[in-house]
Amino acid sequence: MPITTEPTGRQRTPQRLGDRVFSGASTGAGVLILAVLAGVAAFLLVEAWPAVTAPAEDMPGGEGVALYVWPLLFGTLLSALLALAIAAPLSVAIALFITQYAHRRVATTLGYVIDLLAAVPSIIFGLWGVSQLAPLTVDPTGWLAENLGFIPLFAGPASSTGRTMLTVALVLAIMILPINTAVVREAFRQTPRLHEEASWALGATRSEMIRMSVLPFGRSAIIGGSMLGLGRALGETMAVAMVLSTSGGVTFNLISNGNPSTIAANIALQFPESTGIKVNALIASGLVLFAVTLAVNMTARAVINRRREFSGAN
Amino acid sequence: MATRIQVSGLDIHYDRFLAVQDVSMDIEPRQVTALIGPSGCGKSTLLRSLNRMHELVPGARVSGKVVLDGQDLYGPDVDPVRVRRHVGMVFQRPNPFPTMSVYDNVAAGLRLNHRRMPRSEMDGRVERSLRAANLWTEVRDRLHRPGSGLSGGQQQRLCIARAIAVEPDVLLMDEPCSALDPISTQAIEDLILDLKSSYTIVIVTHNMQQAQRVSDTTGFFNLRAAGEPGVLVEMADTTTLFTRPAKQATEDYVSGRFG
Repeated sequence: MPITTEPTGRQRTPQRLGDRVFSGASTGAGVLILAVLAGVAAFLLVEAWPAVTAPAEDMPGGEGVALYVWPLLFGTLLSALLALAIAAPLSVAIALFITQYAHRRVATTLGYVIDLLAAVPSIIFGLWGVSQLAPLTVDPTGWLAENLGFIPLFAGPASSTGRTMLTVALVLAIMILPINTAVVREAFRQTPRLHEEASWALGATRSEMIRMSVLPFGRSAIIGGSMLGLGRALGETMAVAMVLSTSGGVTFNLISNGNPSTIAANIALQFPESTGIKVNALIASGLVLFAVTLAVNMTARAVINRRREFSGAN
Repeated sequence: MATRIQVSGLDIHYDRFLAVQDVSMDIEPRQVTALIGPSGCGKSTLLRSLNRMHELVPGARVSGKVVLDGQDLYGPDVDPVRVRRHVGMVFQRPNPFPTMSVYDNVAAGLRLNHRRMPRSEMDGRVERSLRAANLWTEVRDRLHRPGSGLSGGQQQRLCIARAIAVEPDVLLMDEPCSALDPISTQAIEDLILDLKSSYTIVIVTHNMQQAQRVSDTTGFFNLRAAGEPGVLVEMADTTTLFTRPAKQATEDYVSGRFG
């Protein structure tokens, strides 16, 4: 990655001290970030390596590092994707309400409230999830197990504490709602007036105008915002660690006590009591999470950036 | 299809600001009526009040009457959405839907009005509209490519095709050539002359030569004074207005003394 360019063609330009200090400082800051990222990656690789090469029976579970990490990765993906499935439609609806339907004062207030959600520490969500939300889900999940138990997601037996994958997904959905909504709302707000008027002038109602002009314009922002939210849900630690009751099995059953943990929550819960090769195993799982989150976030950025090409100017 | 529009005693406000005051004018069917005047004199605002587009700006309101085919557009139970289905509009900058193909752009309005139109009839209407907009031969091989891939002038004709596909009574044009080069401008002007046999056309233009080339009747708008509302100074058939205007302000404007 070219961070500094050789000033070949600009040798003659007189260099002022202030300029040199300033460009040096900002280049340094840029390099620092890359160095930190590279350092983290290197640490993960080096520390994860012993877990990969260690004999299978030394791993927790005794079946090698891949089978150790797999249920955790499964739990991570399941909870995050489920949270996304709840949050994405909700954030589109909220963004539409704020940008298209609400009175300006209501819209501004609601916008602030949503942004405030982003500022709530995740431990608070964890506390709320385990002490308020989880008990509330007990009755509905019991009903689901009884009446919709033929769907594998609701196979049951329903947890009596409510500390289920479903509760975790709900908490995560609320946590990623702000970032999802913010990205989508900004895109909707920037819908070119020209395109909105094109719909209006054809005699579109507001909902038809939204379908013809606003949603197509915001489509990549919806995808990009969702993936940013997904990235956050994947890495969320405290809320999951506090809410989820785990037993390690890979299952799509969302409402029982026997859930796979997630990578981040598992590290937080296991790390204080781990020594030796078990630490390396945890770090190996962390490396997997690092790679997945990085990939999701990079894809999200790429999708959001692509939107600039199809601006209203054409 | 073409319809007479009678505007009487029309005031247009944005909140407390009076933008256009007491305009009365008759717009004849199957003719091109041009609205000219300096920037900010309210001619675009007036044009937008003819299909109730201006009220999309928060705080905008209207008093007075706009009667189209015997019906007051501002009557108590008139739905602005229905008004806009009868009064089409073409904008200053070409605005085809960027994610839609050429075909879908033209079909967009049809799909709003007739949800269950059979494919063959839809194909026919799209082709007829594109032919009427002098665009068919240029796009027949790329009907399913994005409309935003056309040139600026083609995009504007695509927008005209989209507007006439729903067979409106009136076609409003808000400076339709101001973003186009001279060749594309001429194509649009030729098209306007073709279309006036079937539509009532109202065009706002900054270009006085254009008004003389395309219009039968011209209305001259001006601010009564700086900071005061825009008014219709004079309206007459185009030749008269440009050669023997009745008002001094009109003569000053059309002879290029201001504006």
